[in-house]
Amino acid sequence: MNYNVNEKGYYGEFGGAYIPEMLYPNVEELRQNYLKIMIEESFQKEFHQLLKDYVGRPTPLYFAKRLSEKYNTKIYLKREDLCHTGAHKINNTIGQILMAKRLGKTRIIAETGAGQHGVATATVCALMGLECIVFMGEIDIERQAPNVARMKMLGAKVVPAKSGSKTLKDATNEAIRDWINNPVDTHYIIGSVVGPHPYPDMIARFQSVISEEIKKQLNEKEGRENPDFVVACVGGGSNAAGAFYHYLDKPEVGIIAVEAAGKGIDSGESAATSALGKVGIIHGSKTLLMQTADGQITEPYSISAGLDYPGVGPMHANLFTSGRGEFISITDDEAMIAGLNLCKLEGIIPAIESSHALAIFKNRKFKKDDIIVVNLSGRGDKDLDTYIKYFNL
Amino acid sequence: MNRIQQKLSENKKLLSIYFTAGYPKLGDTVEILQQLEKNGVDIVEIGLPFSDPLADGPTIQESSQTALKNGMTTDLLFEQLKDIRKKVSIPLILMGYFNPVLQFGVENFCGKCAEVGIDGLILPDLPLAEYEENYAAIFKKYGLINIFLITPQTSEERIQQIDSASEGFIYMVSSASVTGSATGFGNEQNDYFQRIALMKLKNPLVVGFGINNAETFQQATKHTSGAIIGSAFIKMLSEKGLDGISTFIKTIR
Repeated sequence: MNYNVNEKGYYGEFGGAYIPEMLYPNVEELRQNYLKIMIEESFQKEFHQLLKDYVGRPTPLYFAKRLSEKYNTKIYLKREDLCHTGAHKINNTIGQILMAKRLGKTRIIAETGAGQHGVATATVCALMGLECIVFMGEIDIERQAPNVARMKMLGAKVVPAKSGSKTLKDATNEAIRDWINNPVDTHYIIGSVVGPHPYPDMIARFQSVISEEIKKQLNEKEGRENPDFVVACVGGGSNAAGAFYHYLDKPEVGIIAVEAAGKGIDSGESAATSALGKVGIIHGSKTLLMQTADGQITEPYSISAGLDYPGVGPMHANLFTSGRGEFISITDDEAMIAGLNLCKLEGIIPAIESSHALAIFKNRKFKKDDIIVVNLSGRGDKDLDTYIKYFNL
Repeated sequence: MNRIQQKLSENKKLLSIYFTAGYPKLGDTVEILQQLEKNGVDIVEIGLPFSDPLADGPTIQESSQTALKNGMTTDLLFEQLKDIRKKVSIPLILMGYFNPVLQFGVENFCGKCAEVGIDGLILPDLPLAEYEENYAAIFKKYGLINIFLITPQTSEERIQQIDSASEGFIYMVSSASVTGSATGFGNEQNDYFQRIALMKLKNPLVVGFGINNAETFQQATKHTSGAIIGSAFIKMLSEKGLDGISTFIKTIR
């Protein structure tokens, strides 16, 4: 079975481009050109040069000795937290800004939840001298003041999304509306492997540098390219898509996707889309999403702002329903404890998103000689307030 | 002949009104439809509210949110429309986003539409290719006309494809915008209306987005068969309620 996108833009039954006609010319332009542009030698050269010199890649693959001892298995951490701007998000924004330039676009829009993708977008726009507008839910603007300030310092305009629930899904709606209103000069940099085809595939390809590096680095350290398991947290799913990408068609590598259970799957305050979602359409993609029986999209909850998206990328929906991926959900409490645990054992303060991936070891047992790579998608600086409040630090 | 096709064959400039079902009050649907017919409106689009209306500006977003808060659901709308064909005879179109239809079940939804006397559907985020591959046969089985949108950016080649897949009218989005945002039409729109009219498509053209008074209605219909008013009508409802309908329609034509 193939777990990548097919020529029609679907992963199994998921994906496609369910967009109003107003967006068709832009999305179609991108669909027709993205692969052509990505394989151009000049594109590859510029992309990899920037990843190396600007982002700081390759990021280390670090053997977490004390963590491994605690759980009696071999755990490697892929240190995406060491990327410039503090998370894997910039791999995608570098790729997309180069794409936008080659498509002749001069104005960049983006959505952001916690602000990480907004900061990564504002950063590359500053780098390239392009106008940048970031849509952010009004509630998130209040919750994430430092990231709002960072975006402003980087020259971006932050526009509050005041519609609906005033969070990530509404910021995405507002960005899409802006694109409808500005169909000629604007490129929309989506931050996760969501949205209409070709976005999920394009973004997965930009993020696939993560698993490309893991293969090489693991080979150096262990004499084999394939770990027994690769683990990543999933909100929309971009860091997971990047970490899984080169292992999708390798059945000997177990794929573990970790979702946010919030206060518990049955608590009514959760973001565990695979457990709670049904097939539907969100932001132009057919996927699993949390919704009412009547098809109204519901608001998810997680202590981690990067995981509270009511849908999941179509690649992951397919990994779930096909059984290729093992999906585990982790509560707020489990994630916070796992995050603090990593600080104490390894001297690394993880983003709360990544803490979800680290939390699986408490209940999911592995063999002593299993090699497990956990994608440490981001660093915890942005989450200090949450850590402080949670642990009364 | 479907009621939409029949109406289009009358040689007049059609006035079509969009409103969100369940707004301003949950139980207003039937009363609004009756008043629109009484005041000479030719076609009505009944909006099925959705939590995340991507193509809509603030006015329709707010009316949708209010309608959902009031308790509007797909089931309830069909219940309200149960006897509508005993009360109004003008063509009725349901307009909404695809997800609620998908959850209801496309076949089930189309069956219900046929049962209550709905003539057509506008689902802006159901793309042409998906429709043709998976749903056209179901729409046909229940005698429903699917209406597609075109915009100033739509290529001529794609307009031809849409024309050949259409059986009612083509919904011409007046400008690159979400609903309710344009302030009057300039040369750009006039050129666009004329350019598409000159393509001599088999389907009539009806213009929507940005029509809010007699002037824009006349401009929009100069080269086309009709125009749709949505946001301006909803704005009026929010200010004056159902009592304002008659006066509003009279100011348009």
